Amino acid sequence: MSDKFLVSTRKGLFTVSRKAGNWEITGVDFLGDNVTLTLTDPRDGRHYAALDHGHFGVKLHRSTGNGWEEIAVPVYPPKPEGYEENDMWGRPINWSTARIWALAAGGADEPGVIWCGTLPGGLFRSRDRGQSWEMMRSLWDHPKRKQWMGGGADLPGIHSICVDPRNSKRVWIGVSTGGIWFTDDAGASWNLRGKGMRAEYAPPEQTHDPIAQDVHCLVQCPAATHRMWVQHHNGVFVSSDEAGTFTEITGVEPSTFGFAVVVHPREPDTAWFVPEIKDEKRIPREGKLVVTRTRDGGKRFDVLSKGLPQKHAYDVVYRHALALDEAGERLAFGSTTGGVWVSEDQGDSWACVTHTLPPVYAVRFVPAQ
Amino acid sequence: MATVIFTTNVQRHVACPQAQAPGRTVREVLDNVFADIPQARGYVLDDQSALRKHMTIFIDGQMIRDRARLADAVSEASTIHVLQALSGG
Repeated sequence: MSDKFLVSTRKGLFTVSRKAGNWEITGVDFLGDNVTLTLTDPRDGRHYAALDHGHFGVKLHRSTGNGWEEIAVPVYPPKPEGYEENDMWGRPINWSTARIWALAAGGADEPGVIWCGTLPGGLFRSRDRGQSWEMMRSLWDHPKRKQWMGGGADLPGIHSICVDPRNSKRVWIGVSTGGIWFTDDAGASWNLRGKGMRAEYAPPEQTHDPIAQDVHCLVQCPAATHRMWVQHHNGVFVSSDEAGTFTEITGVEPSTFGFAVVVHPREPDTAWFVPEIKDEKRIPREGKLVVTRTRDGGKRFDVLSKGLPQKHAYDVVYRHALALDEAGERLAFGSTTGGVWVSEDQGDSWACVTHTLPPVYAVRFVPAQ
Repeated sequence: MATVIFTTNVQRHVACPQAQAPGRTVREVLDNVFADIPQARGYVLDDQSALRKHMTIFIDGQMIRDRARLADAVSEASTIHVLQALSGG
């Protein structure tokens, strides 16, 4: 089980560790800077941190033995002379990394490979632990990519990357908005997946169009890769055929709206969510912060509230801010209002680590070495 | 050669010492400066080598006009200030 997790916030990266049975903040890096996401590579223990310096752009840092070093950041290719591409509001799309929205380690058979998803929709791969990056032109140049749109952000972006643990050439990505895309040839070609997802708010012609789907988060059960879960703008969806088709989960209290989902590493039917009132408000229902958990593939859900604030709680948990450790026992999440909670019993009970951090963008466990 | 002075705010992230470099345009001068400090390039310019959105450049007190190509003319005695707006929380 993991005894440590990293919390990316608007004003720094915080390390939370288990000490004598209690969880406490044991380290702070990049204090004052906007840390948007981290990755800990389970193959070598290295940490990667994405920073957004605003005026000065997006940067990547990698841990060293005793600190951090800045490494290369994905760079978009030169826009062809005279080429025009506009967003949904008619504004020119700048071919430049606007946000790092996904970081994933490659397979066990390809040490050093790191995947990176960005806004405005570029997918990049490094083969040398982030020293250099290559853009997946096969995806960027795909004619349907231009149908991607901004969802939560003004620009479309890749927020989820799932590498098949049995075959690292097979990769799924989630796009907001742009559905789910899949390659089985290490990125040489890409295909749209995700039939069965539904965008209730879209015009009728697009409601069931796989490319019109606003996937908020996509996860895959490592031990049963056929099983994928999606927290979608429109609700919760589950697939039993590697994201080929999805079934919508309905009738879940208090809500099926949210951003985050995690799946148990060995039990494909077990997944967790953090529900909120759907998109026009985006706050916990009745001010009660809860986590929902299914153990049977979505037929029934437990509403988990023990140790979580049940009065005037307006915490929003972003898509990368809910985490599960590699054992499938410990969960942690952080909120937009600076709260961090941890559970050692699969969510049955929670302990507050702090409620005074800056807004939390991501929470990631550090795998036990 | 033109003199290039970077905002102090960027120095916290990457060292950008005052520099002197040849060039007839802002682009040429900055390319020469960044040849010596390549890690600083991405802090000032975006992926298309245009000036980042909230950055600005003054040549002898005049704000440049061409933020994309950086074609504004520079003289041998020019002083170029690379600055940014401070905003937000």
